[in-house]
Amino acid sequence: MDLKLQKIIPQLITVLVVVLVFGFFTYNAQINMENRGIDFGYGFLSQESSFDVQFSLIEYDGSHSYFRAYLVGLLNTILVSVIGIIFATILGVIVGVARLSPNYLINQFAAFYVEFFRNIPLLLQIFFWYFAALRALPLPQDADAMLGVFFLTIKGLYVPAFIWENLNVFLYSIIAAIIAIVVIRIHARKVQETQGKQLPVFWISVGLIFILPLLSFLIGGVSLSFEIPKLKQLATTSFIYEGGLSLPPELIALTLSLALYTATFIAECVRAGIQGVGKGQKEAAASIGLNPNQVLKLVVMPQALRIIIPPTTNQYLNLTKNSSLAAAIAYPDLVLVFAGTALMQTGKAIEIVSITMLTYLSLSISISILMNWYNKKIAIKEK
Amino acid sequence: MSKINFLKPDKENLNTFLYLGSFLFVISVIDVFLNSFFSLNITGFLPTSLSFLIPIVLGFVGLYFIRIEHSGYKFLDQVNKNINTNNFNAVLSLLIIFIIIKATPPILSWFVVDASFAGDSKDVCSGTGACWTYIKVWFRRFMYGMYPNAEQWRINLSFIALALLGSVGYFATEKFKKYLTLYYVVIYPFIAFLFIFFFISGGPVFFDFSYGIIAAVISIIVGFFIPGRFKFYYFIFVPITLYIALKYFIFYEELIELGKLDGLNWVETGAWGGLSLTFIISFFCLIFCFPIGMAFALGRRSDFPLIRYISIGFIEFWRGVPLITVLFMSAVMFPMFLPEDFFIDKLVRAIIAISLFEAAYVAEVIRGGLQALPRGQYEAAKSLGMGYWKMHIFVILPQALKLVIPGIANTFLALVKDTPLIFVVGLLEIVGMLNLAKTNPEWLGFAMEGYVFAAIIFWIICYAMSKYSYNLEQKYKTER
Repeated sequence: MDLKLQKIIPQLITVLVVVLVFGFFTYNAQINMENRGIDFGYGFLSQESSFDVQFSLIEYDGSHSYFRAYLVGLLNTILVSVIGIIFATILGVIVGVARLSPNYLINQFAAFYVEFFRNIPLLLQIFFWYFAALRALPLPQDADAMLGVFFLTIKGLYVPAFIWENLNVFLYSIIAAIIAIVVIRIHARKVQETQGKQLPVFWISVGLIFILPLLSFLIGGVSLSFEIPKLKQLATTSFIYEGGLSLPPELIALTLSLALYTATFIAECVRAGIQGVGKGQKEAAASIGLNPNQVLKLVVMPQALRIIIPPTTNQYLNLTKNSSLAAAIAYPDLVLVFAGTALMQTGKAIEIVSITMLTYLSLSISISILMNWYNKKIAIKEK
Repeated sequence: MSKINFLKPDKENLNTFLYLGSFLFVISVIDVFLNSFFSLNITGFLPTSLSFLIPIVLGFVGLYFIRIEHSGYKFLDQVNKNINTNNFNAVLSLLIIFIIIKATPPILSWFVVDASFAGDSKDVCSGTGACWTYIKVWFRRFMYGMYPNAEQWRINLSFIALALLGSVGYFATEKFKKYLTLYYVVIYPFIAFLFIFFFISGGPVFFDFSYGIIAAVISIIVGFFIPGRFKFYYFIFVPITLYIALKYFIFYEELIELGKLDGLNWVETGAWGGLSLTFIISFFCLIFCFPIGMAFALGRRSDFPLIRYISIGFIEFWRGVPLITVLFMSAVMFPMFLPEDFFIDKLVRAIIAISLFEAAYVAEVIRGGLQALPRGQYEAAKSLGMGYWKMHIFVILPQALKLVIPGIANTFLALVKDTPLIFVVGLLEIVGMLNLAKTNPEWLGFAMEGYVFAAIIFWIICYAMSKYSYNLEQKYKTER
């Protein structure tokens, strides 16, 4: 009995304290809102927002609802995060491998890069790219074309837009290629297990992923043309580019700094992962007659990935959360559009901040659940 | 002398290959060097693309020729081993060498040669280089924010005093070493708080909080004479009663006026800023987030399910949201949760928000250390008859914290790097001040200098911290 009580009392006290604190807060919030004449509710989400957003992936203007504005912000956040993650991964893997290079110059260069970008606050880097570096770019009328079709100007990067015909046929061909590759892989594994022969799966896969879409162009009636941005004069000194896709400078500065910053952390994860695979593993693999490529593919990488993936996922999450710094340079992400403009207009502080936080929370939790699942799948299964 | 096969450098014709190779390599380097430092193109007579490629080709051939194993020359072997292992590495090494040579003149000229240092107006900055005059003119703002110029000695003096007090650990003799933890965990933060509150802010000596301090001091002194088994209850109840008694029964309004330090003007926190604010915020968040994080790390490994779930909820919540939304919350949402007449300064709010946020990360790091300890440690401590707190304080935590020094250092680094975000609540530390100075109509167009200046400062701070944590890690490394 005494032991049981000892177990229950501390828990009761903790719960009581938590409940009291929350109760205190809600009580105050109620009184405060009553005094200021604000009512609590999420009904405002369907009201007309009457503000504009500069850059949006979906159709949006002031006549749409606040919920639509929320979606615009969310999509912009996801856009920045995805682009940033792709670039950060590529750069991070290259730098991480370079840090282990036997070439003194290369690994010092990589180490310099990591130490340099890791130790400067991300916000400062974003400001640097946005307010200092990208402001030095030429005006639209002075910009030189890169490769004839890209225009990097102070007003953003203009790239050609794709104009597809029969896009769905093209997509079907890619899906078909992927299914074919999966089937061939299964077949190849069976062949190896039963006959011990290795099929050139990699080259077949590469061939399929190129040939099937190509066939869709030749036979399926798919066609692709580019719309190249053209300079257009608005006033005597004001020029813009028309046509094509335009990426605003905020997006460029943000993805650039997020990728450069996060890549340093990913590089360290990659380095730790590769170093974490014991030398004996490679020697053992070589001694049973695997060639260097097979050693890398079948022995080193599976073990290194086990060490690399969990911290790298954390970095992806950090990048997604850090993308909220967009608010500082007026890139219309979730924080700026929703927790900034919408909050100013409606004054619904509690509702809007809670929705914003919940969104980020669910993003992070869903990614971490996915990663836990993956981790469990690749973890060493001890019998 | 055998016939020379130029496609296969060998040891027999070592000298021929060595002279030829180093000659070609030096030529390629000189070409790039002249090109970048004196804008002199010695291959200018060739078409542009060819003259661009020639140094790489020459250098590559040169490196190919000198790639001879076991040549007998120590230097050559070193070079081959370090930068010239194979063709691919040779090309990369060449590219890096050329990039360094190419990048040096513009960087040097921007930083030093063409930069302007003298004067105190914008007129001197007409050159192509950096305008360090801008930094010089705005230096006080970047360091102290809007803190009045005449009062800035207060910040300097406090920081110097705190630095001296903080370095006590280095000079402590063996006899006093055992009190150091107590000193750094309790006394030093308290002194720091007093300095910042009385000296930098110029706050009144007698304010609401000082009753709490008096109550704490009295109850600690009396506490020494209380028998051991009542101490726990004594320290739970007596200080609070004492505080309430002091505040509500012996409260003198006049004392507040009386207590103001003579001659020190009140400087409200809104005027604080610059690098000194970065230091203040980092310092307090660092002090607060560590114990909170430790508590939640223990909570997450607790045997009590309810405490465990609450801890998990706390940690996962703060880890799941970006700091900027937390600061938004502290700015617009938190005041709604407080009684109407209750006002918390925005600096304090920011410090609370950042501390809670970083505490969640500290908690996860410490949990990693707790999990890494072998079960035997827990069992051994228990078998000695230690209770939960004794076991953790004397056996588990010292070992676990030793293990996670790098992780904690990383969290603290992240904390320092996160401080610029307080612009959300309207406080301007150094990055915020830069953005303010940048928009001053008299000093337009010097954003680059400002950001480079702040980047250098932050880089030095963060790099020093990471090196220090590495040393600490080496120092406390124990073989197990």
